[in-house]
Amino acid sequence: MASLLELAFILVVVIDLFVLASSRMGAAIRVVAMQGVVLGALPLLLAPPGHPLGHYVLLAGGALAIKGVLIPWLMFRAIREASIRREMDPVVGFVPSMVLGGIGVALAFAFSGRLPLPEPAHPFLVPTALSTAWAGMLLVVSRRKAVNQVLGFLVLENGVFVFGLLLSGFMPMMVEAGVLLDLFAAVFVMGIVMFHINREFSSLDTEKLSALKD
Amino acid sequence: MYLFVIAAPLVAAAVAFAVGSNERRPLALLAGALAHGAGVAALFVAPAPDRPGAWLALDAMGAVILLTITLLSVAASVYAQGYLRRRADRDNRVFVGGLLVLLSAMTTVALSHHLGLSWVAIEITTLATAPLIYFNHNARSLEAAWKYLLICSLGIALALMGTFFLALSGAAPGGPRSLLVEDLVAAGPALSGPWVRAAFVFLLVGYGTKMGLAPLHSWKPDAYGEAPGLLGAILAGGVTNLAFLSIARVFQVARAAGEDAFARDALVYMGLLSIALAAVFMVRQRDFKRMLAYSSVEHMGILALGIGIGGGAAAGAFFHTVNNGLTKGVLFLSAANIHRAYGSKLTDEVRGAARRLPLSGPLFLAGFLAVTGSPPFAPFFSEFAILYGAIGAGKFVVGGLYLAFLAIIFVGMGATVLGIVQGDPGDAPSVPGTSDGWLSAGPPLVLLLLVLVLGLWLPDGLRDLFASAAALVGGTSWE
Amino acid sequence: MLLRTAYHLAALLVLPPLLLGVVNRTKAFFAGRAGPPLVQPYLDLWKLLRKGAVYSRTTSWVFRAGPVIGLASIASAGLLLAMGGAPAAISFAGDFVLFAYLLGLARFVTALAALDTGSAFEGMGAAREVTFASLAEPAVFLVLLVLARATASLSLGGMLGPQLGAAWAGAAPALLLAAISLFVVALAENARIPVDDPNTHLELTMIHEVMVLDHGGPDLALIQYGAALKLFLFGAILSRIVFLPGVTGALAQEALFLLGVLAFAVGVGVVESAMARLRMVRIPQLLVGASVLSAFAIVLLLR
Repeated sequence: MASLLELAFILVVVIDLFVLASSRMGAAIRVVAMQGVVLGALPLLLAPPGHPLGHYVLLAGGALAIKGVLIPWLMFRAIREASIRREMDPVVGFVPSMVLGGIGVALAFAFSGRLPLPEPAHPFLVPTALSTAWAGMLLVVSRRKAVNQVLGFLVLENGVFVFGLLLSGFMPMMVEAGVLLDLFAAVFVMGIVMFHINREFSSLDTEKLSALKD
Repeated sequence: MYLFVIAAPLVAAAVAFAVGSNERRPLALLAGALAHGAGVAALFVAPAPDRPGAWLALDAMGAVILLTITLLSVAASVYAQGYLRRRADRDNRVFVGGLLVLLSAMTTVALSHHLGLSWVAIEITTLATAPLIYFNHNARSLEAAWKYLLICSLGIALALMGTFFLALSGAAPGGPRSLLVEDLVAAGPALSGPWVRAAFVFLLVGYGTKMGLAPLHSWKPDAYGEAPGLLGAILAGGVTNLAFLSIARVFQVARAAGEDAFARDALVYMGLLSIALAAVFMVRQRDFKRMLAYSSVEHMGILALGIGIGGGAAAGAFFHTVNNGLTKGVLFLSAANIHRAYGSKLTDEVRGAARRLPLSGPLFLAGFLAVTGSPPFAPFFSEFAILYGAIGAGKFVVGGLYLAFLAIIFVGMGATVLGIVQGDPGDAPSVPGTSDGWLSAGPPLVLLLLVLVLGLWLPDGLRDLFASAAALVGGTSWE
Repeated sequence: MLLRTAYHLAALLVLPPLLLGVVNRTKAFFAGRAGPPLVQPYLDLWKLLRKGAVYSRTTSWVFRAGPVIGLASIASAGLLLAMGGAPAAISFAGDFVLFAYLLGLARFVTALAALDTGSAFEGMGAAREVTFASLAEPAVFLVLLVLARATASLSLGGMLGPQLGAAWAGAAPALLLAAISLFVVALAENARIPVDDPNTHLELTMIHEVMVLDHGGPDLALIQYGAALKLFLFGAILSRIVFLPGVTGALAQEALFLLGVLAFAVGVGVVESAMARLRMVRIPQLLVGASVLSAFAIVLLLR
């Protein structure tokens, strides 16, 4: 069980690095969906033995449904509508993004030991959460295609979700349910706005959204 | 009673979504706002007893903000009657419903003592506002809506992380294990220092994005510039104040946990940065609605500076939330009238508003004087209280910089506003049927009179309210 | 022990062309062809050795020395390698650095020989090869560092020796990441798809091929044999890392080692058949990605 958990966290971080490196949007969406599936499995893996599994199964199912199925489906529809397949020219290039992401991962893993945890948790949990949040922020800030910006937001929320698992001891449902709902609502609204953007500009390249400036 | 105040606008929103007629729907907005106002008045007159462990309660800080929101929403809903009638070409179902949902969410934040609930409500305000910014359905407002949505969602996600950090700080065995402000403040030093500090940083950045503090303010000029003026008034006067309230609550917790000095420094720096940045961008601003957005950045900076300095400045900051809120209402509503009358919001094209719009033009001028802190309007007194607090605390550099930036802003904004208001309208573009009426000029006039009255005579009850709000964050009254 | 070392040296000398044969056969299988016989590379080498060589008048002794020094350095690197769990023929602390730089020396003399021809064509190939190699170096070193940290040993013999089995128990994810990274680097260093196509002869797409374009006859035989040796070396390391290093017993270890090397060859063939060559601007991304992956593996081990 323990090594499975370790593998899950490492897979999450590897997926972050992959999304930072990849310019193919279809591959990036699929891989983030896979990250959502892994995150869905995490509550089950982290459930302390002897606890009733009901809550955790519900949470895992919710995370799987929203992160693994629903949101990727929305994103695929968006890119099909707009017929885009690749991020051509991000603000921060792919190699620097990867290096920055790697540095973030290294710093997270190096310094997470400093933060005292109230209850013993897996030592990889906090670093994974922080690295994923960092990768998500990098993506939102550095990509030009709207779909990739939303993908970055998704990855950021994934990082926050992992962090919320720390609180599952004493604030179980509210926390995670809140994160899931927030994610769903936000991505839903973003999807609608993206639809409008595509209709208005015939493109999902946010470079075109540059009329407003000082 | 709390639930009534939150639920009334929601019921009105449901009605608004259900009603089919575009003409009748604004009445739902008015009804919802008035019911909400009545509920809030009842809360002030007959406060509900405090129940320990309650998620919703009305404390001094919340009362100040709730007062501002209510006044603004009533004024805005009256204004909306005329506005939506003139914009009968647009389907206003989403607009009216969204505004009511926004009002309900805003009230929840003001009343909430549970930091998780506050976060949910602020997230709802973000999601509800985005479609409203897009009301004009053109490319520019779409761009504004997208930037708003993305940047604010990013901020909110960071705020969620901060909220988790805060929960973790109290999670040690024997700790409060709760997200209620009272519990966290009571636990005080038992909270884990590094987590509280990290939480404060993330929450300051996250809610600061929503508030529009520099350097997280990049969505503001676009969103306030392209949104309908009425929405701008509610956003600038209401939602930003709520983000400020949330930061103030976290500041309460941080103080109790002993991270006082760190938190104060962060607030003062961000406050000064915001005022400085606003000063830079307001000079030679060609679009007067974007100018108002930078004015909002400036005033949020003043608020952060106020509670960061503490002492009498904190009470001044809470007084300023009311003043800023009402004045922004005046400015945005009158600016909206001017925009509509000329069909443009660029200073190149708009001239002589005082002549063409005998109410809105002078109102805009008066609003400018108020917002830059000219006596006898109320913002002068609140900004002076903050300055006085800074000098009293020995922070001469901070006080000096504050004054200098305010002076630059006065000059910069004055050049733009005077250019718009004075002069001969002559051949400036004109849209027929957009002269001043009571529905369009009445609400900003009432708000301006309120600002004037507050400056001339501050009721003792309000003064005490500001002092008790300040006491919650370690301040005092300003005398 | 001596017998085992002798067996290893013999395997080192004899097996590499067989690996090439396996790769080609796998690619043929995926393409639906019958493919060349497995011993075809041996026959090619034999043919080349019996040919005469033509040397351009613009070349000097550097051009003639290139293939010889290259093969010599790769073969020496092979002496440092611990195969199949037995100690290496030569082993000392820090020998992995020598290993990496012997391979680098081979590339250096090949590039020198290419530049010596005075043709812009070979120069272009040399420039490309060296650029990508400079991106692959950090990845190689990071992988070796992961191994060093996991087995607490500074010699290739120790890194690939019996401690590796114990290391898998504690550091499995890191070793897995390092293995993946090493596989990508192996593809890059040996000029395989997706980095370079060994079968292409179009000017704009060649990297390694164009460097050796002017060599012929025995020189070409030496170069091809050296390339096969290099592939075998990478395969040997990967086989040792991945294929059950915890097993004891000489015969089982040797059998697993051989199996591993053959599996590596098949793997290379599969990757070559399944993927297309990457655009050259994407190759730095791939190599930096491999470096970041192995950097992450080290971070995991440093906790």
